[in-house]
Amino acid sequence: MKDKTPLIRLAKREDMAKSKIWMIRLAAFAVAILIGMLIFVIAGANPIKAYGTMLASSLGKKSGIRQVVKNAVPLLGVGLALAPCFRMRYWNIGAEGQITMGAMAASYFALFWYNRMPSALLLIVMAIAAMLFGAFWAAIPAAFKARWGTNETLFTLMMNYIAIGIVAWLQGGPWEGKPGSQIIPMFDQKAVLPKILGVHCGWILVLLLVVAMYIYMNYTKHGYEIAVLGESENTARYAGMNVAKVTVRTAALSGAICGLVGFLVASGVNQTLYSDVAGGVGFTAITVCWLSQLNPFAMIVISLLLAILSRGSSGLQTALGIPASISDIITGVILLCMLGCEFFINYRIIWRHKETAGKEAA
Amino acid sequence: MNFNLAGLIKAAVLNGTPLLFGTSGEILTEKSGNLNLGVEGLMFMGGAFGLAGAFWYDQAAGGNASGIVAVLIALLCAFAAGCFGSLIFSFLTISLRANQNVTGLALTIFGTGIGQFVGEQLRLKVGGNISISNALKGSFANPVLPQSLQDIPFFGQVLFSYNGFVYLGIAMAIVMSIFLNRTRRGLYLKAVGESPSTADAAGINVTKYKYLATVIGGGISAIGGMVYTMTIAGTVWNHTALSGEGWVAVALVIFCLWKPLNALWGSVLFGGLMIMYLRVPIAFLPSQIYKVLPYIVTAIVLIIVSLRQKREDQPPASLGLPYFREER
Repeated sequence: MKDKTPLIRLAKREDMAKSKIWMIRLAAFAVAILIGMLIFVIAGANPIKAYGTMLASSLGKKSGIRQVVKNAVPLLGVGLALAPCFRMRYWNIGAEGQITMGAMAASYFALFWYNRMPSALLLIVMAIAAMLFGAFWAAIPAAFKARWGTNETLFTLMMNYIAIGIVAWLQGGPWEGKPGSQIIPMFDQKAVLPKILGVHCGWILVLLLVVAMYIYMNYTKHGYEIAVLGESENTARYAGMNVAKVTVRTAALSGAICGLVGFLVASGVNQTLYSDVAGGVGFTAITVCWLSQLNPFAMIVISLLLAILSRGSSGLQTALGIPASISDIITGVILLCMLGCEFFINYRIIWRHKETAGKEAA
Repeated sequence: MNFNLAGLIKAAVLNGTPLLFGTSGEILTEKSGNLNLGVEGLMFMGGAFGLAGAFWYDQAAGGNASGIVAVLIALLCAFAAGCFGSLIFSFLTISLRANQNVTGLALTIFGTGIGQFVGEQLRLKVGGNISISNALKGSFANPVLPQSLQDIPFFGQVLFSYNGFVYLGIAMAIVMSIFLNRTRRGLYLKAVGESPSTADAAGINVTKYKYLATVIGGGISAIGGMVYTMTIAGTVWNHTALSGEGWVAVALVIFCLWKPLNALWGSVLFGGLMIMYLRVPIAFLPSQIYKVLPYIVTAIVLIIVSLRQKREDQPPASLGLPYFREER
C-alpha cells in the first residue's frame, strides 16, 4: 500500500499565521525582483546599475517624486474602483473605456461651458458628468450579464475599444481645434484642477476614497451583499438578495469611480482630451487591485510601487537605452509570482516519507 | 465607386489568418477547461520573437539566406515563445491553482511587455525601423501556389492567391477538428474539459491533458501574432496594429462555439470587418467610428450567444475552474 501513496499530496489549510503569510508574499516579491535582474542581464545591462537608475530617476529628485505621485493617483483610483467588482467575481476589464468616457464627459463641460460658470462649480459639474458617464458605460455590460449571463470579461473589453474610437472621432472631427491638427484644444485654466504640494489635488480625493471604499466594502450592507454574491450566486439568491440589482449597482459604482479618475487625469494632468487618455491604467490597476488582495490601504503601497517602476523605467530608457516596456515585463513578473505564492498560503504540501515518519512516531 | 469583391475577400482572408491561429489555439486550450485570457500577450510574444528570429537569421546568413529556412525559424520562434508563455499560465493555474482570469490578464501584461521590449530592443540596436531583406520578405508574404492557378478569373484570386500561412492555418484548423472529434485522445481531452473528476476516475491523466492542450494551444495562438507581423505589417514591428487582435481572437472562440471549423469562416468574417473601413468606405461614417465595427459586432455576438442557450452551444462545462482532486 505504501507505494501507492503519491509522492506529494496537497491539503487545504486556513490556519497560517499573518506574519508567515506576509513573509511568503515578500519572498515572492524578492523572486520577482531577481527574475527582473535576469531580464536585465539578458538585455545586456548591469542589473544593479539598472535598478539603481530606476530608483534614482523616480525617488532621487523632487520632480521624480511628483511624477510618481501623479502616476500613482489614477492607478490607486481605478484599483479602488475594481475592488468591489473583483470581490463580486465580476471581471470588469473595461476600466480603460470607463476612464475614457468619464474624461470625455468632463471635457465636454471644460470645452463648452467654461465661460458660463465659476471655476469651482465647473469642476464639480465636470466631476459629476464624468462619474455619470463612467457609470453608464459600465452598466451596459453589467445589465446584460445580470439579465442573460453575457460574458462580462469580453463585453467590458469591447466597450474599451468603442470608447476609445468615439474619442478618436471627436479628436479628429467635431471637437478638433485647428482644422487638420487632430488635437482637441487645451482646457481653460478654470477647468484645471488646482495643485496642492505640486501635484493636482486629485491625490487627496483618492486618499479619501481609500477610506470610503474600505468602509463600503467591510461595514455596509452593500459590501456584505457583494461579498456573498462573490462567494456563491446561489447563496445570495437563497438569502433573498436581488442578484441583478447588486451586479448592476456594483458595476455602475465601479464605472463611476473610473469616470472620476478620467476627469482627474484629463483636468489635472493632460488639461485636454485625447483617445489614449486612459493609457493602460485600466489594465495596470487590475494588478494593483489583485496584489493588494482587494485591501484599499494596501493599494496605496502597491500603486506607488508600480508608479515607481513605470517612472523608473522611463528614466532607464533615457539613461541606459533600455526600452521602457521593461516596466510592463517586471509588473507582469511580480503579478505572476504573487499569484503563484498564494498556493503556498492556501495549501499544505505533504511529502510521502514525512507522513509515514509521522505515523511511525505515533 | 469601383467595388472589388474578389479584392475584399482576399483582404479579409489575409487579415483573418492571424485570428484563425489565435482562435484555434484558444479553442484547443479551452477544450481542456482552461480559459487563457493571455492570448493578447501570447500573440505579442509570437509577433516579436518570430520577427526577431527571422531578422537574426537574415543577419547571420547575409546574402544567401534561404526563404524556407527563415519561415521555419520564424514559425518555430513564435511557437516556442507561445509555449513558454502558456507554460507559465499552465503552471500557475493547473499546478498552483491560481485564478485563471487574473493569471490570464497577468500573462497579457507580461507578454505585451516582452513583445514590446523585444521589438523596441531590435529597433534600438539597428537604429530605425527594422526590416528583413526584400527577398526574405517575399517568402513570407508571396503567394505559394503556381501562377496558372492564380490566373483563373475571380476564383484564382479568391482561392489560390494566398501566402503559405493561410493554407497552413486552414490545414491546422481541419486537423484540429478531426483530432477533437474523431480521435480517442481528442475525446479524452474534451472529457477533461467537461468533467475533470469523471475523466480522472476513468483513468485519464487530467494534468497531462490540461498542460499539453494549453501549451500547444498557446503556441498556435502565438503563431497568429507572427503571421500578422510578417505578412500584414510587412515585417516591421508595430505594436499598435497588433493590439486588440488577441482579444478579438478570444471573443471569436465564443462566436465559433468552440468548433475549429467555425473558426475558418469566423476569422474571415472578422478579418473582413477589421479592414472594411479601408476597402468599403461609407460616406458620412467617420473612419474612427468605422474602425470599431469589429468590436461592436463582437459585443453583439456575445449578447446573441448568451440569449440562445442551446445545449450543444455551451462552453466546456468546467471552463475556468481549477481541478483539485482532493476536493471531491
